[in-house]
Amino acid sequence: MAVNVMTASDVTKKIFNQESLFILDVRNESEFQDWKIEGQNFEHVNVPYFELLDGVEEILDQIPSDKETLVVCAKEGSSVMVAEMLSEAGLDVSYFKGGMKAWSEHLEPVKVSDLKNGGELYQFVRIGKGCLSYMVISDGEAAIIDPTRMTDVFTQFAKEKGVTIQHVFDTHLHADHISGGTMLAEETGATYWMPPKDATEVTFNYQPLEDGGQVTIGDTAIDIHALYSPGHTIGSTSFIVDEKYLMTGDILFIDSIGRPDLAGKAEDWVADLRESLYSRYKALSEDLVVLPAHFMIMDELNEDGTVGATLGTLFSKNHGLNIEDEAAFRKMVTENLPPQPNSYQQIRETNMGKITPEDEEQREMEIGPNRCAVR
Amino acid sequence: MNAAKVLDATGLACPMPIVKTKKAINDIDSGEILEVHATDQGAKSDLTAWASSGGHELVEDTEEDGVLKFWIKKG
Repeated sequence: MAVNVMTASDVTKKIFNQESLFILDVRNESEFQDWKIEGQNFEHVNVPYFELLDGVEEILDQIPSDKETLVVCAKEGSSVMVAEMLSEAGLDVSYFKGGMKAWSEHLEPVKVSDLKNGGELYQFVRIGKGCLSYMVISDGEAAIIDPTRMTDVFTQFAKEKGVTIQHVFDTHLHADHISGGTMLAEETGATYWMPPKDATEVTFNYQPLEDGGQVTIGDTAIDIHALYSPGHTIGSTSFIVDEKYLMTGDILFIDSIGRPDLAGKAEDWVADLRESLYSRYKALSEDLVVLPAHFMIMDELNEDGTVGATLGTLFSKNHGLNIEDEAAFRKMVTENLPPQPNSYQQIRETNMGKITPEDEEQREMEIGPNRCAVR
Repeated sequence: MNAAKVLDATGLACPMPIVKTKKAINDIDSGEILEVHATDQGAKSDLTAWASSGGHELVEDTEEDGVLKFWIKKG
């Protein structure tokens, strides 16, 4: 039988469409436990490739005949080997192009909405890692919010849309992934903005984001308002785009809230986090659509693949917004934390411009799941 | 450390370092040491997991100038 190939984009569409897929993950057990390709209707079996070197006979009965089968490994090589062995045994299977490395880097652009004055808003879903970037387009101009380091995806998309990237924003100093902000600004000549309180140690020039500041994209004035909302980091800033979309960075997610500990200051920042969530956001219109910088679980995806919900919905459904008792809140966000993201210290230093790792090293630093939230 | 055999798997991508290691370990006796050199970063966790699942012992590993070295005692 044939060995087929499936790309990260193919698998992303299966997740969006809630299709079923059987994944034979041939990485070693600890890597599989740490992070895998997840979808509503995906099923997994983990058998390390090095246990299959003498043959695949022992696992044949574990592979369902009524589902598409995808073999996944870290970088591709081992999945090709195992897929070929399964194919020789008479099965119709695919290997995953580029492995988990490609999965970590894939960005799927999804249109969120048209904007009031003829502009458009796109969300770039980094499906394997749970990062979300945004592009606001209006009248030939574009702004990018929280770009990942795969900057070619944004420049290519801007080219297809016939727009020039004028402004690049980071809502905060990221700790879980490497920002493409400064690189993208350099490549396009755009202005790079970040919150000054997160930038005290950075080695590059930036335009300081100030509370109440406003940037206009295109002649038809699609405004981006900066809203100071500390808690995940001391400088964390949200944006309100086109009076309708609230970009919350890593402060508020769909099913969880930001964690305050990634700069080692959980105790100090809890009060800021609570103030941002329970006072500043509470004062905003419930009709605003929250667009966060991350998602954690596939349940947070809407049917069209976007990640977003109204502020009103979150105030009624998100557990992190409904803890009345301040002490209980403090306890939850300081004691109940998931493990810290892989290499997060090095990632912070890279995002400050203090270190400049090679591409391959940046890739390795980012491998693994997203862990910015606390539920 | 006295290795009975040295395997050069530098420049090889996964799964080849393990495929070659598996073959090479067949050439030595139980209790003897196989020394493996590799440059694929993934080799580290994979060789460790492979050794323990196969009943071998990873005695030592080092990393110098991008070259990973492993000493595996055959079980």
